[in-house]
Amino acid sequence: MDKNIRREIILDHYQNPVNKGLTSEDGYIFQNTSSESCIDNIDMQLKCEDGVIKDIVFDGEACAICTSATSILIKTLIGKRIEEAEEIILNYKNMIHEREYNKELIGDLVVYEEVCMQPNRKMCALLPSNAIEKILEVIRNEKK
Amino acid sequence: MNRDEFPILNQELIYLDNSATTLKPKCVVDKMVDYYTQYTSNIHRGDYHNAIKTNKEYDKVRTIVKDFIHAKDEKEIVYTSGTTESLNMVAFGFFGQILKEADEVLITKAEHASNILPWLILQKNKKIKVSYIPLDENHELTVDNVLNSITSKTKVISIAHISNVIGDIRDIEAIGKICKENNIYLVVDAAQSVSHIPIDVKKANVSFLAFSAHKMVGPTGVGILYGKKALLDKMEPLKYGGGMNQGFESDSNYTLKEVPIKLEAGTPPIASVIGLGEAIRFIESIGVSKIHEHEYGLKQYLIKELEKIPNIVLYNKNSKSGIVTFNIRGVFSQDTSIYLNHYKIAIRAGNHCAKILKDDLNINNTCRLSIYLYNTKEEMDQVIKVLKNSKDIFKVVI
Repeated sequence: MDKNIRREIILDHYQNPVNKGLTSEDGYIFQNTSSESCIDNIDMQLKCEDGVIKDIVFDGEACAICTSATSILIKTLIGKRIEEAEEIILNYKNMIHEREYNKELIGDLVVYEEVCMQPNRKMCALLPSNAIEKILEVIRNEKK
Repeated sequence: MNRDEFPILNQELIYLDNSATTLKPKCVVDKMVDYYTQYTSNIHRGDYHNAIKTNKEYDKVRTIVKDFIHAKDEKEIVYTSGTTESLNMVAFGFFGQILKEADEVLITKAEHASNILPWLILQKNKKIKVSYIPLDENHELTVDNVLNSITSKTKVISIAHISNVIGDIRDIEAIGKICKENNIYLVVDAAQSVSHIPIDVKKANVSFLAFSAHKMVGPTGVGILYGKKALLDKMEPLKYGGGMNQGFESDSNYTLKEVPIKLEAGTPPIASVIGLGEAIRFIESIGVSKIHEHEYGLKQYLIKELEKIPNIVLYNKNSKSGIVTFNIRGVFSQDTSIYLNHYKIAIRAGNHCAKILKDDLNINNTCRLSIYLYNTKEEMDQVIKVLKNSKDIFKVVI
């Protein structure tokens, strides 16, 4: 992807992120996420019905990479079944860690394909997916 | 000043993260290498030549520290692992033993975590009361506010000499006088001040003072706890083991050594202690007052120029240290820090371990640029130029 287009997408999601602001409605699972290596700190809430992700919202303070990645991830995952979401996150993480991944699956998240060139920013990109993974684990454990 | 003595400055680097840790001059590193390569041995228990030399070099540092902070006696100088350990020893080893339910400890919201969390733990476990002295409109601590916060229950005032985000210099001599008049213990976190402004623990009537070597051109892993001798005598060790005991028997009887040794269990970081001595010698060869004049001069210049840039928000224009706290309007502090790194300018973004200062500052995260003796006007000019051109910041950071 062209560097300028990539930057434009990231910047757009940083400046106008989707679903910013937490909700007090019932049915959401909450997860905070932060890291030792940076100062990003975000809260996420996810609502799942019949195995389908109905809604995800977030709030917090984070850098351009982290905020935009949260926004794009939310946009990508809403409407997906849990198994599909897990597959997307797995491929997204593989991309960030420079392992093989399926580009077709991850949609706009591909804008972070070169984050690995700034190793200290990998965590910024991974914070929201780590939070979603924890929430999906809670949902899976509830089902058991 | 003295840039040639810092080998790291031979690379392209504008180092402005001195409140986190300072750079190290070659003489400090050489002094430590000398111990490791020429006379490595443990302290206190050897009769051979190298061990005797180690003892001499190690013990000498107590006198150097004593003279540097104007303490009365070497016995008042305890080697610790740093400011954090020193403050924990003060809170748990001393005040944990003597404070009673409802006794009050006064701190501020601008303190570092190390000067807040131990008191909060005592509040939880011992039911003491932690209260916050209000800061003024510049987020600084005034002597008047200290005076007005004291109640009949106040037993301790524990404050930084220079706060680590705002960088205001607290008048510890005036506060020490108030403490004396009101029979209050004064604890001073000198991590940000000890190598920047002169300290006289006797004149300021300080009960306990804590600092780290690595923020004063010395090595990591070592620091100092100063305490009035009579208070250290009453302090309970938080660590027990080798070196600090006089003897112990199978019937559970034991005797501890005198201070400061009873508070220094285990083999200490010998090379680092010796390095600290050399660091103080280096600082004194320049003069603490001269260092302060230099860094504050650069800060004033920087502030004057940054004020002209419309999208720069400054949080501590008035404080008289070398710390400049700012943000670029609408940009997350970490992005600013990453942007500056692109131009080889090292600063720090975040809350700087002062996590409740946000109540006063109304912002969680800031960029902190902290100046020290080796920084130059040319470096400030480069910072100003880079911040002036920051409208394309995201072309750099994304």
